[in-house]
Amino acid sequence: MKRRDFIKTTSLASASLLIPDFLKALGNTKPALNEKKLVVIQLSGGNDWLNTFIPYTNDTYYKLRKKIAIDKNNLTPLDNTLAINNSLISLKPFFDSGEMSVVNAVGYPNPDRSHFRSMDIWHTASKSNEIITTGWLGQFLDANCTSSREAIEVDDYLSLALKGEKYKGLAFKNLDQLYKEVNTPFFNDIVSANSMLNEGNQGYLYKTLIDAESNIKYIYEKNKVIQNNANYPNNNFAKQLKNIASLIQSNIDTKIYYISIAGFDTHVQQLNNHNKLLQNYAESVSAFINDLKQNNLFNNTLIFTFSEFGRRVEENASQGTDHGTAGNVILFSGALKQKGLLNTLPSLTDLDNGDLKFSIDFRSIYKNILQNWLQTTKEIIGDRSIKTFEIV
Amino acid sequence: MKTQLKHVFHIHNRLGFGINYIEAKELQQVPLNKIINTLITESSIGQYITSIKKDEIPSKKEATQDGISKKDFNKLINDKLDDLNLSWIKMLLTTKNVLLEKQTLFWHNHFACRVRNPYFMQELNNTHRKFAFGSFRDLLIEVSKSPAMITYLNNLQNKKEHPNENFAREVMELFTLGRGNYTEQDIKEAARAFTGWSIDKDTQEFIFREKIHDNESKTIFGQTGNFKGEDVINMIISNKKTAYYIARKMYKYYVNELVNEKRVNELADFYYQNQYNTGALLKKIISSPWFFDDENIGSNIKSPIEYIVNISRTFNIKFNKENVLINLQRNLGMFLFNPPNVAGWPGGKNFIDSSTLLLRMKLPSLVLNNGIMETDKETDDPDGPGNGKPTENKKFETEVVWSKILEEHKELELEQLMQCLLAKMPTPSVIQKIKQNEKINTKEAMIKIVSLPEYSLV
Repeated sequence: MKRRDFIKTTSLASASLLIPDFLKALGNTKPALNEKKLVVIQLSGGNDWLNTFIPYTNDTYYKLRKKIAIDKNNLTPLDNTLAINNSLISLKPFFDSGEMSVVNAVGYPNPDRSHFRSMDIWHTASKSNEIITTGWLGQFLDANCTSSREAIEVDDYLSLALKGEKYKGLAFKNLDQLYKEVNTPFFNDIVSANSMLNEGNQGYLYKTLIDAESNIKYIYEKNKVIQNNANYPNNNFAKQLKNIASLIQSNIDTKIYYISIAGFDTHVQQLNNHNKLLQNYAESVSAFINDLKQNNLFNNTLIFTFSEFGRRVEENASQGTDHGTAGNVILFSGALKQKGLLNTLPSLTDLDNGDLKFSIDFRSIYKNILQNWLQTTKEIIGDRSIKTFEIV
Repeated sequence: MKTQLKHVFHIHNRLGFGINYIEAKELQQVPLNKIINTLITESSIGQYITSIKKDEIPSKKEATQDGISKKDFNKLINDKLDDLNLSWIKMLLTTKNVLLEKQTLFWHNHFACRVRNPYFMQELNNTHRKFAFGSFRDLLIEVSKSPAMITYLNNLQNKKEHPNENFAREVMELFTLGRGNYTEQDIKEAARAFTGWSIDKDTQEFIFREKIHDNESKTIFGQTGNFKGEDVINMIISNKKTAYYIARKMYKYYVNELVNEKRVNELADFYYQNQYNTGALLKKIISSPWFFDDENIGSNIKSPIEYIVNISRTFNIKFNKENVLINLQRNLGMFLFNPPNVAGWPGGKNFIDSSTLLLRMKLPSLVLNNGIMETDKETDDPDGPGNGKPTENKKFETEVVWSKILEEHKELELEQLMQCLLAKMPTPSVIQKIKQNEKINTKEAMIKIVSLPEYSLV
């Protein structure tokens, strides 16, 4: 950026920052409720998708998983090739009503089996031998948004997925506590005193601070009037989804919500643990969807679930599974264009070093979400050979 | 000749991890070049990290043979990695050889690596230290042959029949030439030259495996011959782009994140002519008159490590709970020995988002006043158990001897305190706001000053 342009943009930015954002927002007639919302759910650790959606008519599955296979009493068929683990049974109604899509064999070329590297690849939509320092949703913020609050992560710290060059999403777990922290005399003093923003790092720090402060206050003010009495299961993940539902109801202009659940790295004695994790996920998401439906928000909300990789087809010696490659992604919305099971299952015998071969590049799903749901015209997925995989 | 107080602080902020007012006041009486020479002399010797012993890290296979469960094995590795991390961070908090550690930190980020073998990681770190100010070529060879890097960049899988290009690619893209200064063909061919660079299972040291080395002719950078790995490294070193790439990164680290191309080109020439002697390059940088230009003071953003070490050393904070030191690194976004990827931490503004900035502004009242912070108990280590547990309040349990600090700073007014603690002054209106508060005592003032956004500048 040229110096002049910078001065232009920062002076504009600081002038608008002088008006507290929550006041700006009160006068804002933008019908945010009709805007499309994306909720991303990350299953951290590498979910065992083969025990989530089970190829129950394939003998190879039972042969390779003698100790940890989901037996036929504990699953419910979705069609004649794939069944859903009964731990996820609370989601089945959405599958039946065309509000849930499952994509099989999602991955990328030259898969990396390291958690953090593969997570990076999913977060930045990079090729496996390419390093990108901004996330796919962060790049969307840069291209289409005017504030960091347009992407919120329900966590203490921000994931790479939501970090752009210009804008980095807002992360918080406890809005009330955060509000208290930025509403001290000290904060108010330095925020109100600093109208002069220079173009160096000092200016950047104050810009980030002022932005955070006004965004937190705006969200807090809008959110405090919302009473969410919907029923959710009693666990942390469900509690956070409930908070997201309230935030969506509060009509703030946030487009993206991001949340993770950990514990999916099931190397050892996985059967019961994994089923519990799945049940926890399914019941919480189910409550969330019902809450959104009650408030007529489900047609405008897309829920996207992924994990950094699936797990090895064959069980290991500790009644668990090791790091693998391709897996599923799940999408929920009242506005899906393609519903149900969207493609064929990967082969359980034609493997890449014991792991499933992918057939759908995850970036082709991102591309669909970015273009058709978040409606950006910017080409965020750099690789043009990636075709859109049509879901929404 | 006396040295300006501002310059004393600048030298120690950039070549070390800051100093307090009393130390700075003494150094004011010393000529600038002598201050610099002392720092360099003190860093010509250093200590290696030796907390991890080679024989205490079994391989996965040995662990299985000994009947150690996967879970216990993972726990052992995690514990040892934490030990290693703590050894270094504690060294940073107390060492006299600050410049050596500052440069080791530079190489730690430049040759970013992350493998689950604490001994390999320790030895790589010691290599960075050993060659910190020596020849970059020697360092590059040692790093390339380190078991850590060989494991991390898949050179164990790089064999004659199935070359693996990972190491060849990263060595050119991230360690030396930089993007755009090599072709895909160069990578393919160079990978063949590195085949056979491996690790001896018994000694856990580098070994060249003739049998899996590709002994045919290769064409790299337009030259054809039966090249070995060392030949490729020599070719890379003889390319001046490598000198430019390192000099540019050093300039950003020691001088200013905003690069002055003319100066960097001069430094690159100098580095190249001086056979990549990193110590000479650093001396050249700090003896340049522009090193002390106002535009280069307080221009950079402190990395989380600089932030933690700086505040701890300035206030002589004693951490009674080691876990606090680990959590601080994680939460501020720079956990030593755990870079995000082979490109290292992107640095600068990338360290700052609303959460990390608010945390930096909240931390002083916690670590200097023994406060409480809510942290997640769950481990975010991907190979750990990772079961989400409810959050709990954690006391920092830090100790600060305020009586001594207040005695040392009693003669200073608010603005003078700011000049000691901040590399860049806040705007007059911010100073005014803090001054307005009449009840404020020196302790409160100091905590407030280091809670300002400017405290993140160096």
